[in-house]
Amino acid sequence: MQLTYLKNVTTLQYNEERCTGCRMCTMVCPHGVFIMENKKAQITNKDQCMECGACMKNCAWDAIQVKAGVGCAAAIIWGRIRGTEPVCGCGDDSSSGNSSSCCG
Amino acid sequence: MNNQQNSCGCKPGKYIITAGGPVKRVSSVFTAQDRWGALKVRIDINRNNYRVTPGLYALNNPDETSPVFISANYKLSFDVLRKSLAGINGWILVLDTKGINVWCAAGKGTFGTEELIKQIKQAELADVVNHKQVIVPQLGAPGVAAHTVKAATGFSVVYGPVRAADLPAFLAAGNKADTAMRKVQFTLRDRFVLTPMEFVGAIRFMAIFFGILLAIQIIRGWNDPFSAVLFSSLISFIPYAGAFITATILFPLLLPILPGRAFALKGWILGLLWAGVYSGLYYLSAGTIEWQPLLPVILIAPALVAFITLNFTGASTYTSLSGVVKEMQYAVPAVIIAAICGAVSLILGQFVFA
Ligand code: SF4
Ligand code: SF4
Repeated sequence: MQLTYLKNVTTLQYNEERCTGCRMCTMVCPHGVFIMENKKAQITNKDQCMECGACMKNCAWDAIQVKAGVGCAAAIIWGRIRGTEPVCGCGDDSSSGNSSSCCG
Repeated sequence: MNNQQNSCGCKPGKYIITAGGPVKRVSSVFTAQDRWGALKVRIDINRNNYRVTPGLYALNNPDETSPVFISANYKLSFDVLRKSLAGINGWILVLDTKGINVWCAAGKGTFGTEELIKQIKQAELADVVNHKQVIVPQLGAPGVAAHTVKAATGFSVVYGPVRAADLPAFLAAGNKADTAMRKVQFTLRDRFVLTPMEFVGAIRFMAIFFGILLAIQIIRGWNDPFSAVLFSSLISFIPYAGAFITATILFPLLLPILPGRAFALKGWILGLLWAGVYSGLYYLSAGTIEWQPLLPVILIAPALVAFITLNFTGASTYTSLSGVVKEMQYAVPAVIIAAICGAVSLILGQFVFA
């Protein structure tokens, strides 16, 4: 069963003109968001994007932009409290106060 | 580096001599000790001791043509990798991710471009193997820019499958993963293995809840024997204990079939179901429906479930930052309002209209 999270929320943006067709984004995306069509990458199901940032990081031609982050409520709450970006604080040496379980 | 000998705990532990120096040898065989260790990590015991010393390891009997696999120094990641590669000779290059798994460390950047470049150079990988390729787990891709690694070291990054178990098929296909191997799933089994940790994580929270109920009963039954006070506290704790079990065990299992997309909404619905079941059981045993014991449960239990399940977004494999931020805008105020109303009804029911 394909699980889908909220619709129309992802910050994923793709600029087809910059794409050289290297296929990297189709290989790194854990949710099959990109496919190849006519030697260019295309977004197929945008709502599957979990904003992990893998595609942007591995596109050497800056064709992809996304505000990468963790989809983890505990991280967001702790980020607000500490005034930092939400990071997954699991398994850290020090911050055992964060019991977010994103490190299964 | 002195503790390298025992840091991964896996036999046979001899050294292999390479052009890049001696490399510690490990095996794909999983021992009973490994299994026990894995269980302890799952339930959060001694988690920080479960690290592997970063650096290069020889898996089984590799030579200069064998593939190089990149791993995190979280013992479970390392163990799953070597176990999946049974009968395969290769090299494992362990990055220093501070004992955190590949996915989480990639998000933080500790499993990342710089660390990979550093370890490739430190291990003198170019002298150990005669090819120019490293296999990085696909889930490490958020931290690794393949083109930057290539420019700095000459090694090209090939992304392996999401699941280490697919590695033999990946290698057999000439280092190619099909679409199924590239997708993250969240199967019943995946969700099931998360439940013990979810439950253990909620115990502290449960203790606070019980403490509050105990305090209420102590004030109410000031002149009663403590055993009676304890008994009534335990009775009043039943619906909330049920809510904790609902949220930490039932919710992960039922996730795909619960209505809605937002985790807090799914959780709230499941919590209301539990509150309904509890009210029914209450009616069966007491023979009447009274608001004093039931209204607080109907208000607080679903909000409690929703709050815990909102946090399950962190354990899931498909939620995005933007999505969680959006659902929290509604969910957090709703939980707070329901909890306040529930607390007021609890106090009124116990002290004013008792
Ligand atoms: S990684 Fe960039 S250049 Fe390569 S196919 Fe994807 S969008 Fe195109
Ligand atoms: S951010 Fe992650 S999930 Fe979204 S499209 Fe890129 S690789 Fe896929």
